[in-house]
Amino acid sequence: MHQDPNTAATPVALADPTAEQAVRRALADHGRLTVDAMDVAPIADLYALGLTSHATVNVMLAIENDLDAEFPDSVLNRATFASVESMVAAAALATAQ
Amino acid sequence: MTDVAETTAPVLGTSPDRFAERTAAVAAVAAQFADEVDRDARPPREAIAVMREYGLLAAAVPLEHGGEGATVTELSVIATELGRACAATGMVFAMHQGQVMALWRHGGDGAGVLAMIDAVRDGALVASSTTEKGVGGDARRSTCAIEPSEDGRIRLRKDAPVISYATEADAVFVTARRDLDAPASDQRLLICRTDAIVLSQTSTWDTMGLRGTCSNGWILDAETTADAVLRDDYAAISARTVLPVSHVLWASVWVGIAASAAERARAAVRKQARASVGTTPPGALRLAELLVDLQLLADAVRHAAERFDAVADDPETLESSASALAANALKIGASERVTDIVTAALRIVGIAGYAATGPMSISRHLRDAHGAAVMVSNDRLLQNDAGLAIMTGAIL
Repeated sequence: MHQDPNTAATPVALADPTAEQAVRRALADHGRLTVDAMDVAPIADLYALGLTSHATVNVMLAIENDLDAEFPDSVLNRATFASVESMVAAAALATAQ
Repeated sequence: MTDVAETTAPVLGTSPDRFAERTAAVAAVAAQFADEVDRDARPPREAIAVMREYGLLAAAVPLEHGGEGATVTELSVIATELGRACAATGMVFAMHQGQVMALWRHGGDGAGVLAMIDAVRDGALVASSTTEKGVGGDARRSTCAIEPSEDGRIRLRKDAPVISYATEADAVFVTARRDLDAPASDQRLLICRTDAIVLSQTSTWDTMGLRGTCSNGWILDAETTADAVLRDDYAAISARTVLPVSHVLWASVWVGIAASAAERARAAVRKQARASVGTTPPGALRLAELLVDLQLLADAVRHAAERFDAVADDPETLESSASALAANALKIGASERVTDIVTAALRIVGIAGYAATGPMSISRHLRDAHGAAVMVSNDRLLQNDAGLAIMTGAIL
């Protein structure tokens, strides 16, 4: 399945509880997952758990709003939203901008 | 699986290609100076220098002349990317390419022509002087004529209402009557290296938009050798190369202007959407509508580029009435659409877009976009079309 596009940033990003919290909250509020977003494994394939491309738009917006940051265009792809881990990595890029 | 980026990215030509990195580097420089170039109506010197350095000015030089042989489709993608960053830079690139392609397609093998091809391969920038005072902007008629001088050389004096970026160019390609006895329509294209001309400025380009093209008026006095005249007559050069290539590449720049305005509109809508996640803001519908127009425009321009490449070596097709109508249709249609798209973007962005400056301003885009319909008047083209339309239909 899809891998984190920026593995180098992942360990640092996952250590960032703020970003992970924001991602999980956004998923809980807007992801329409079939499982509890607060408990889902960081590497679980969210598309297999009910995430749709329409829902990812709101998830993205909610994360951006929470972190007061904007995802760069370069990470706005399907792989970025495939897992909590990859979203946290992308969020790290967004907040670093 | 489909990549979401394919539908969300506003950028054209993002697929990896051999010019992508260099184009992005030039675009970054162009973007950095775009507002200053616009404000001061000065040439985009920094971007020109990088275009020269990275070989973008030489991109189309054929392999047999030591170049990279870029297709018009490739040039179109470059022009759009440059136009996104700075329309003046994009137009310099586009106007240059329309001229230099005449060299190897129509120049023959005279020493002056071959030397110019070498110069272009090494980064020379070429400007052009086609219109002339007294012929009402009709590039297909000239008053001035190539005259023999006493020592076997040739000379030319032209009163040009506009020569874009003349001060930055290494050569100006000039249309003129073949000789003193030739009718106005019997034109040749003459290579005038800047070390062989004297330019006397007659007017200053202080316009609403495209200010950085610095299309001042000049009286051009040239003295050169007969081998600096391109082999083919200008009727053929125009129909087969300069006109179709220029229209495609100008329109490619306009796509860039429209895409850049659309990006600002998208940023504005995204900001609104963040404020109430889950509710689609009203601007999103307008943005979606704008993207329909932008996609149609981009597809039309790229298709026209590909069509040129497909018939590039077919003079009969290129000289047909249908091809002339198609080239004019692209110019007219794209120039009208770009102002519509940029205006729509302004409405979406709102006050921040209406601001004269700032990261969300649409001012430069709107002013640049209006140049599209004015430079080579759409009404003139339609009038030309009116005659052809009676006997020719559209290419389907």
